[in-house]
Amino acid sequence: MTMAAPIAELVRDYKANARIVIVGASLAGLRAAETLRAEGFTGSLTIIGDEPYEPYDRPPLSKQVLKGWVPADHTELPRLRHVDADWRLGVAATGLDRDTKHVRLANGDQVPYDRVLIATGTRARQWPNPTEAALEGVFALRTRDHAARLQQALAARPSRVLVIGAGFVGSEVASVCRELDLPVTVAERGPAPLVGPLGGVIGEIAAEMQRDHGVDLRCGVGVSSLEGDASGHVRRAQLSDDTTIEADMVLAALGSIRNVEWLEGSGLAAGIWGVGCDAGGRAFDINGVVTDSVFVAGDVARAPHVLYEYEFLAMEHWDNAVLGAEVTAHNMVNLEPHYYPHLLLPGFWSGQFGVNIKSVGVPPFGDEIAFVQGSVKDRRFAAAYGHRGRIVAAVTFNQGKWLPHYAGLIERSAPFPPPPSGWDQPDDLKPIPAEFPEHGVPTAIPDVVLTGHDPSERRAEFRPRRR
Amino acid sequence: MRIVVDLNRCQAYAQCVFLAHETFRLTGEEALTYEPNPDDARRLQVQRAAAACPVQAIVLDRSDGAERSVTS
Repeated sequence: MTMAAPIAELVRDYKANARIVIVGASLAGLRAAETLRAEGFTGSLTIIGDEPYEPYDRPPLSKQVLKGWVPADHTELPRLRHVDADWRLGVAATGLDRDTKHVRLANGDQVPYDRVLIATGTRARQWPNPTEAALEGVFALRTRDHAARLQQALAARPSRVLVIGAGFVGSEVASVCRELDLPVTVAERGPAPLVGPLGGVIGEIAAEMQRDHGVDLRCGVGVSSLEGDASGHVRRAQLSDDTTIEADMVLAALGSIRNVEWLEGSGLAAGIWGVGCDAGGRAFDINGVVTDSVFVAGDVARAPHVLYEYEFLAMEHWDNAVLGAEVTAHNMVNLEPHYYPHLLLPGFWSGQFGVNIKSVGVPPFGDEIAFVQGSVKDRRFAAAYGHRGRIVAAVTFNQGKWLPHYAGLIERSAPFPPPPSGWDQPDDLKPIPAEFPEHGVPTAIPDVVLTGHDPSERRAEFRPRRR
Repeated sequence: MRIVVDLNRCQAYAQCVFLAHETFRLTGEEALTYEPNPDDARRLQVQRAAAACPVQAIVLDRSDGAERSVTS
C-alpha cells in the first residue's frame, strides 16, 4: 500500500471535522472564509473581528464616502457564498496560545483551533501627542467610523483643513477637500507627495498636480504641535519651519501600524513589518521555522517573493488581501504537494485630482525610472522602474490600459529600460534615478546579507493570477 | 445589494457608467467610483452593468450573508 490513500483520507477527515479560526473580519478574513467553504471545508469556522461590523471595503472611505456620495455604512463587502461561520464581532483577539491551540479574546473567552489564520491587518497611526490627538477636529482615517466622522466634519465646512502626511490617504483626502471647494494645507516631511511608494521623480509630478488644484502643499516640513481653543477644538498647527497654519480640522495621515501586538508571547516571527510566512501563507516561528497550524494573509503578512530576490514583502494592497486569502485558505485545508504559492504581482490604484494612478510590481525595489509612454505635461503617461538592468515595476497616470503590458514584462524579468512601445512615445526615454528614500535607514547595510537568486537562472515560473 | 469593483482590473471601459450611471461614475478620464450598496430597485441595471464589463471587474453578492450569528 502506498501512503497516498491514508493521506487523502486524512485530508477528507480534516475538511469534515477540523476547527478553523480566522482572526480578522475584513477583506482577507472574509475571502479566506469563503474559500475554505469553496474548498469543501465543512468543519467549524469562527471569525473574530474587533469592529462590530460585518466585513466592509476600505478604498471607498477616502473617496466617495468623504465626498458625501456614499454613506460610510454602505460599504459592506458582497458575499460570494455562505460561510456558515460563528462570527465573533466587536471583540478583539488578545493572545495566541500555540501550546494549547487557543485564541484568547478580550472578553475572556478562549476559542480552540486546529488551524488559525492571522488576518488582523493594520490600523491607522495616531497623532503621537495624545492630548493634541484628543482635540476636537483631529482625525485619522482607516475605519468606517473614522470615515463617517470625517465626512460629517467636512460637510460642516471647516475654514481650513490641514492634512499631515502626503501618502495615498493624505493625498486622496486633499483631493476630496478641493472637490468640496475647501481650503486645504498638506504638510509632508519628505520632499514630495507619494515619495515612499513611487519615488521623488513621480512625487514631483504629484506635487505639481496638488498645487495646480489649489492645495497649499508644504514639503520638507513636519508638524511640531497642534493647538486648541478654550473649548478644546483644534485651531492651529506649528510647523518645524517656525510657521503657523490656522486650521480648524486636521487629518493625521501618518500611515499604518500592523496589528501584531496580540501575538506577543506566541513564539511567532511577528514584528513591526508583520508576521513572517512562506509564500504559501504558513507562518514562521520566532526561529524562522515554518509552522503547521498558523497561517497569515493580507496586510499583516510578509512573505518572500520570487520576483524580488526573495525579499520579504508586506503589501497593503487590496488584491493582496483577496488573493493571499484565497491561496492561504486553500493551503489550510490541503497538504503538500498540493499547496498553492501566493506569487501575486503587486498592484494598486489611487484616484486623486481627477487622475487615476495605477501601479504594478514593486516600485521601491527599483532605483531608476524611465518615462515610456504618453506625456508628463498632460499627466497621462506610463513610467517603468528598473533595478540592475531589469524592469521591476511600472506606474501609470491616466494610462491604466497599458499596465498589463508592463505587468507581462515584469513577470518575464524583461530588460530595463524596456524596448520602446512604438506608440505615443515621449521624446526622452532615458532612465534617470527614481529618487527613493534609502531602505531601512539607519541599518541600510545589514551584517547578514540577503541571498537572492540570479534572475538569469530563474527556475521558479511566475504565472499571472488565476481567476 | 452589495457590490465591489476590483479597481486593479478596471480599465475604465465605462460600460458600467453607460448602463448604470446612478451607481458608477468616472472622475476624470479613468478613475471609477461607485456606490457599493445600490438600492435594490437598481438590481437589474447593476447586474447588466456587471455582465457587460469587458474585464469582469464588478463583483456582486452571490449570497445574502443571512447565516450571520454574532455571539460577542
